[in-house]
Amino acid sequence: MTESAGTTPTPPGTDLAAAAPRRPRHRGRMVPVPLLVPALIGLAFLLLPLLALVIRAPWSGLPQQLTSPEVWQALRLSLLCATSATVLSLLVGVPLAWLLARTDFPGRGVVRALVTLPLVLPPVVGGVALLLAFGRNGVVGQWLDAWFGITLPFTTTGVVLAETFVAMPFLVISVEGTLRAADPRYEEAATTLGASRFTAFRRVTLPLIAPGIAAGAVLAWARALGEFGATITFAGNFPGRTQTMPLAVYLALQNDPAAAIALSLVLLAVSIAVLAGLRDRWMNAS
Amino acid sequence: MTRSVRRNHRVRRTARAGGAGAAALLALSACSSSSDTGTDSDSAGASSSSSAKVSGQVTVFAAASLKESFTTLGETFEKQHPGTEVTFSFAGSDTLAASITGGAPADVFASASPKTMATVTDAGAAAGTPVTFVRNRLEIATLPGNPDRISSLKDLTGSGLKVVLCDKTVPCGAAARKALEASGLELTPVSYEQDVKAALTKVELKEADAAVVYKTDVKAAGDKVTGVDFPESAEAVNDYPITVLENAPNPGAAKAFIELVKSAEGQRVLTGAGFRTP
Repeated sequence: MTESAGTTPTPPGTDLAAAAPRRPRHRGRMVPVPLLVPALIGLAFLLLPLLALVIRAPWSGLPQQLTSPEVWQALRLSLLCATSATVLSLLVGVPLAWLLARTDFPGRGVVRALVTLPLVLPPVVGGVALLLAFGRNGVVGQWLDAWFGITLPFTTTGVVLAETFVAMPFLVISVEGTLRAADPRYEEAATTLGASRFTAFRRVTLPLIAPGIAAGAVLAWARALGEFGATITFAGNFPGRTQTMPLAVYLALQNDPAAAIALSLVLLAVSIAVLAGLRDRWMNAS
Repeated sequence: MTRSVRRNHRVRRTARAGGAGAAALLALSACSSSSDTGTDSDSAGASSSSSAKVSGQVTVFAAASLKESFTTLGETFEKQHPGTEVTFSFAGSDTLAASITGGAPADVFASASPKTMATVTDAGAAAGTPVTFVRNRLEIATLPGNPDRISSLKDLTGSGLKVVLCDKTVPCGAAARKALEASGLELTPVSYEQDVKAALTKVELKEADAAVVYKTDVKAAGDKVTGVDFPESAEAVNDYPITVLENAPNPGAAKAFIELVKSAEGQRVLTGAGFRTP
């Protein structure tokens, strides 16, 4: 598998949105060479493969590739699942981040480490773990099947779960970092003025850390969109139901590399458009 | 908590040290290039007893269905030719074919279908003409004891059964499709898996009720699945071709390995795993 997005302990975009507009500008100052050269090498290393994709793209056959219904089916499913996974991550991930940053309980360090575990776990292993937990015969899954008749593998819900499992840690880490950086005295002031802790969270903390939440959500969304290993292992591969873009790309690569490149370009274009659009919005808002 | 934070700081500090990244890259490349020269020089002294002067590392790309039998044959080969080291890459034949035409450094390619082999020969990546060394047939893998009482391919089309097939890009998927078409059956699986082992795993984990896989895979899975033969499998017998690759780093050893596969001993191991002789 070529996925290795999950290895950085602290995601780079943690306080991207919060810090970027306030950064003081040092115009006219020389950038030190020992920083400049590796920085440019790094930039080239990241951009060159993407550039190669664009250069070698089968441009003449592209319109035909892009008008095939399979592509749109996979793209729509990808966007739907990644967005659902992000919403799910927000609903449970933000409270989890708050718990880790603002409360003190025994074993918090262990819990925090466990939360970040999916970041280092190979996604395929994550998929197997999900099967063992939520599969038809899994630890929890067998009761879901027996009591409610719900089976998750091979369903679109299964794709959302797999993506949430892999993407949520990015959100939690990002939000927790923002919470730690935010001054807790605002919340304390709110509670001394009579607000309950939940009201303080809702009316004071949440607006304060909104940029961090947004950055984490985008990070999680992007990770979910590209998710491959856990998805194919837990949810399988069926066009229209569980075949997201990365799965379609992988299988197309086997016998039709040109189609795979075309699909990748679509995914690339969509993610750039969404990410750029969102960033602009925050920049103006904050 | 504090421990993990402290570790982060340390990581950041080392990363900041000038040129650390470049040094790591150098070390990496040094590693990969030294590995085969290392074994070469080691084996030069050791392989005095064996007949042919075969030594060093042999990289074999083989279809996922060959995993068990080729692993055994790899050990035999290493025993017969001291100083050699056989490295396998088992995956869907199409994946392997794609990486070979993409320039992956392999010596031998054993695929599960002439079609996937053709992508390699058409790209001029094979040295010589591939030979068929075994044949394989499809079988239905069901849950242990066959609780759903599946006895034919038609039974799989029944509602309520979760069936997984290989994707049509993979030989086992293409063969399953051929068998289904030959018998005029419509089968909607819950998933098209990326290789035969992935399809089998879904049944082993009891997530799917049945999968159409190779006879050899059913055999390799032992009592974790129950195999059901079906007559239509005769319509889709897979020939397994094997060849030395054009850019083989170690063509001598590659030829010797193929000789072993075609030898009586090799065929004994393969038929023992459920393959048929061509």
